[in-house]
Amino acid sequence: MLAKRIIPCLDIKDGRTVKGTKFVNLRDAGDPVELAEYYSHNGADELVFLDITASKEKRKTLVELVEKVARKVSIPFTVGGGITSVEDVSILLKAGADKVSVNSQAVRNPYLINELADKFGNQCIVVAVDAKQINGFWKVHLIGGKIPTNLDLFDWVKEAEKRGAGEILFTSMDHDGTKKGFANNAILRISEISNLPIIASGGAGSIQHFVDTFKLGKADAALAASVFHFKEIDIIKLKQELCKQNIRVRL
Amino acid sequence: MSKVVIIDYGTGNIQSVRFALERLGVKAQLSNDYKIIGNAEKVIFPGVGEAGNAMTNIKKHGLEKIIPKLKQPVLGICLGMQLMCSFSEESSTSCLDIFPLEVKKFDVELKIPQMGWNEIKNLQTGLFNNIDEQSFVYFANSYSVETSEYTIAETEYGDKFSAALNKDNFYACQFHPEKSSDVGIQILKNFLEL
Repeated sequence: MLAKRIIPCLDIKDGRTVKGTKFVNLRDAGDPVELAEYYSHNGADELVFLDITASKEKRKTLVELVEKVARKVSIPFTVGGGITSVEDVSILLKAGADKVSVNSQAVRNPYLINELADKFGNQCIVVAVDAKQINGFWKVHLIGGKIPTNLDLFDWVKEAEKRGAGEILFTSMDHDGTKKGFANNAILRISEISNLPIIASGGAGSIQHFVDTFKLGKADAALAASVFHFKEIDIIKLKQELCKQNIRVRL
Repeated sequence: MSKVVIIDYGTGNIQSVRFALERLGVKAQLSNDYKIIGNAEKVIFPGVGEAGNAMTNIKKHGLEKIIPKLKQPVLGICLGMQLMCSFSEESSTSCLDIFPLEVKKFDVELKIPQMGWNEIKNLQTGLFNNIDEQSFVYFANSYSVETSEYTIAETEYGDKFSAALNKDNFYACQFHPEKSSDVGIQILKNFLEL
């Protein structure tokens, strides 16, 4: 049986790991390569690197980082942030990334998803969606959550699936940084309307929150950053607890 | 003569395989040259992406005639394994016909692609030396191959399917040993020792 995945997310700026609360006030949580290696030996099933530098001249640093990580780490990892073209993806995959995640640019140019899926296969195309509720409706936001759109979260997920996404990484901006649990209602609804694996993100604060997002949200994977980076939750202990609660994990 | 050659036919991420071998102390050569491939002691045939495009690339390099005739141990990985079968439903692609088997789209009530860690069992051949039954390995696939006399490891995703195949000198895994942590490294090591 397929195991539920635990995924630490490393936000990268200028080659260093950072993690903000509600996407602002960034704090430094260490060297990404070291952190990646640590996680790969301590229970992480996969890693996500999100480059928030995103300026063109700094992209080279990211490619170098991807290669360093690929040399050291023998679990899969996804790289995202500022990807706008087939060329961007080709460079990252060649450097050793297993998957890429596209976010804002896919909203602006949805055909990008088709192009990437055709060229590289849908299993390596993760569509990341940041959303929050506005007047009770889940609306997609762009550029790390800064720019609201009128696009409905669930419509967008369905469209992304049709265009060839291989996985959805959903971050609830209402929950991100709060440590009050994942947006399980929205996650469950995504699980119901789409047949893609879904990574739940935003809100992890306790072990119970992971149990809930797998049981109530039916998430396939759960992603978190600061609770892992600051060692508030140990991934192996987390997985032992999930196992006790009859959630299949790789131990 | 290069010891280990990874067939480089212009698809997806093949660095991971090279880096995984480096972690085992083996410097592999990437090549699409049939002479270099033919002279290798071990050949790895990786692949991610879409079957139709991948076969087109293989033919562009004239490798469709070379690969089935290799005599040294060959390890196909993921799409590489699927291309070693006779036919893939993905873009209705005629493949290399090393294994007389068909690759079919998952027909299960589960999410597609299968993405993540799953257990392998009924492990056979030296490829799985020192690997425990029900070890977890990493899969990312929407297509699969039924179990058959060629199956040397099986797994379940809705239905039972082949996690690994073997026929003579040809070995193949549906999962990614290069991304399967210590278990995967041991499998690669076993392959190098075949």
